[in-house]
Amino acid sequence: MTIATAYLETDQLVKRFGGVAAVSDVSLSINKGEIFALLGSSGCGKSTLLRMLAGFEVPTSGRILLGGSDIAAMPPHERPVNMMFQSYALFPHLNVSDNIAFGLKREGMPKAQIAQRVAEMLTLTQLQDFAQRKPHQLSGGQQQRVALARSLAKKPQLLLLDEPLGALDKKLRERTQFELVNILESVGVTCVMVTHDQEEAMAMASRIAVMSQGRVLQVGTPKEIYEHPNCRFVADFIGNVNLWEGTLDVDAADCCEVKTAHGVVHVGHGISGTLGMACAVAIRPEKITISKTRPGLVTNLFSGTVKEIAYFGSYNTFIVEMPGGGAVKILEANTSRYDGGDITWNDAIFFWFDETAPVVLTQ
Amino acid sequence: MTMKALLSPAKRFVIGVPYVWLLVFFALPFLILLRISITDMGASIDPFTPLLDRAGDSWRLLLKPQNYLPLFTDGVSGFGGTIYIQAYQTSLKYAALTTLLCLAIGYPFAYFLARCKPSVRPALLLLVMLPFWTSFLLRISAWKGILADQGVLNNLLLWLGIINQPIVMLYTDVSMLVGMTYVYLPFMILPLYTNLVKMDMRLLEAAHDLGASRFKAFWLITVPLSKAGIVAGCMLVFIPAVGEFVIPSLLGGADNIMIGRVMWDELFSSNNWPRASALSVVMMLLVLVPLALYYRYKDRTVE
Repeated sequence: MTIATAYLETDQLVKRFGGVAAVSDVSLSINKGEIFALLGSSGCGKSTLLRMLAGFEVPTSGRILLGGSDIAAMPPHERPVNMMFQSYALFPHLNVSDNIAFGLKREGMPKAQIAQRVAEMLTLTQLQDFAQRKPHQLSGGQQQRVALARSLAKKPQLLLLDEPLGALDKKLRERTQFELVNILESVGVTCVMVTHDQEEAMAMASRIAVMSQGRVLQVGTPKEIYEHPNCRFVADFIGNVNLWEGTLDVDAADCCEVKTAHGVVHVGHGISGTLGMACAVAIRPEKITISKTRPGLVTNLFSGTVKEIAYFGSYNTFIVEMPGGGAVKILEANTSRYDGGDITWNDAIFFWFDETAPVVLTQ
Repeated sequence: MTMKALLSPAKRFVIGVPYVWLLVFFALPFLILLRISITDMGASIDPFTPLLDRAGDSWRLLLKPQNYLPLFTDGVSGFGGTIYIQAYQTSLKYAALTTLLCLAIGYPFAYFLARCKPSVRPALLLLVMLPFWTSFLLRISAWKGILADQGVLNNLLLWLGIINQPIVMLYTDVSMLVGMTYVYLPFMILPLYTNLVKMDMRLLEAAHDLGASRFKAFWLITVPLSKAGIVAGCMLVFIPAVGEFVIPSLLGGADNIMIGRVMWDELFSSNNWPRASALSVVMMLLVLVPLALYYRYKDRTVE
């Protein structure tokens, strides 16, 4: 593994709209060839950040360094940055070839070279048969590939993707996201994508920045973000989670105990905090085992009553009410066609999880 | 599927009423016009002389398509040298100039109107339509007061010392074009505005992103996408401007007689209804043929 060097850096980037900070103090470093995702719900500032990278918004303060030079004040048409727009923004009066050639013509590239580059892009995105079509004659998936071809045609140093799969329906989205990643990796372009869809971010990006209220809360690989969230917001935003509030009871180098309303939770990692401090235990629903019979020796064992059961085909979700009040969500994979039949509504059950399952959150 | 299956009685009524209206008040009068244009008035000077005449046992058709001939040739100046041809040319020229002026003034206006904050747009749009609330003749007369030798504009220029003696503007091409442009401008602005306001601004961002300057993005994206609005606006200005009668007679000079004036003279001074009708039919063809060709071209390119 080579040592990654930052290719794109944002340095304390701030954008205010009339006193309201849309982006506050964002410092990120993104490596060459990386697919980096900005993930957050609408209004979190991810789109403003992307528009600053593209040049459509001028930062209130801070720097944007691309390959070492500050581009923050450069207008969009001079930046070596291209964007694939949300719902594509294809030029409706131009056919596929002319859409792809638009940026190349602005560079003043010779005609023969343009034709060659357009042909390359059409092959890359498998659009050879549609070169003469107008955008409205294409399906959503084809339009998305035209948008990709158009944004890659100028060989940008940085490619920005604004909700790249947002306009596609679910089935197509799953297939397209792998195609898209394959194309991006074959070209080797550095990408920053914006999405509100965590599955999209996790499937496509090598690293994710989770944003909320204009700030970046955590940056990490999809696995780091999911398994080691650094705060309640990230834990709750990515996937499903049970958050139990409590106080720190025992804190050692490699384990700790948190006293919650439902009982003491044993956690397999230390947090180097102070005893008695408020914290939360985060447990993913799929890491909890559920059974009607009491198990043998397990660390974190609790009991409750089944209130809701939802069947999703590949898994079941149980909402279990606990004696002290509050509910816990438990996921159980349907590994066999005859699974999950024995637990039903209002059953008294036991559930437990390993001490490696929970994460203690102090933020 | 038949019409009956497609349309409920209510729909047929709603669509039918305007159609009947158009049939009775446009199609029928046009047929009468066509009929008069080929009537042989004879000595009785009756434009409604029957087209069929019974001579002995046989019926005779009394058609005189020759009514159209004097429009094109008068025997003296040869083919194409008639005052009618000149009037057509003048009309087309001034209608075209009016259209260009309206486009040159109206396009930037509509563009910035469409880019205004949505909250102020209705007020600005109302101002465009406000002139319609005052009498048309009053507004044209006001221009006389502005453009006259002792009018507002000349007095202002004299006072500012820009000129030493009044510029003759009234009853010239200038005053006529000013009047026509002024009257027809809203007909250019409104269709352009409705088109430009629907424009997807992200397309311009996409053009900037791909290296187009502001002007290039405007020229390569905004202008082609507003073509439908440009065509609609030009049609709405050009077609009525060709036959315009009132503005040229109030503001125009004696040199450039437009076709509307010629028709008026034929109808009311010479009492030559067939010729006036023939002039109308030719004018209609002058306007309709290019229009039909354009729509055929458009249908093909949309495919």
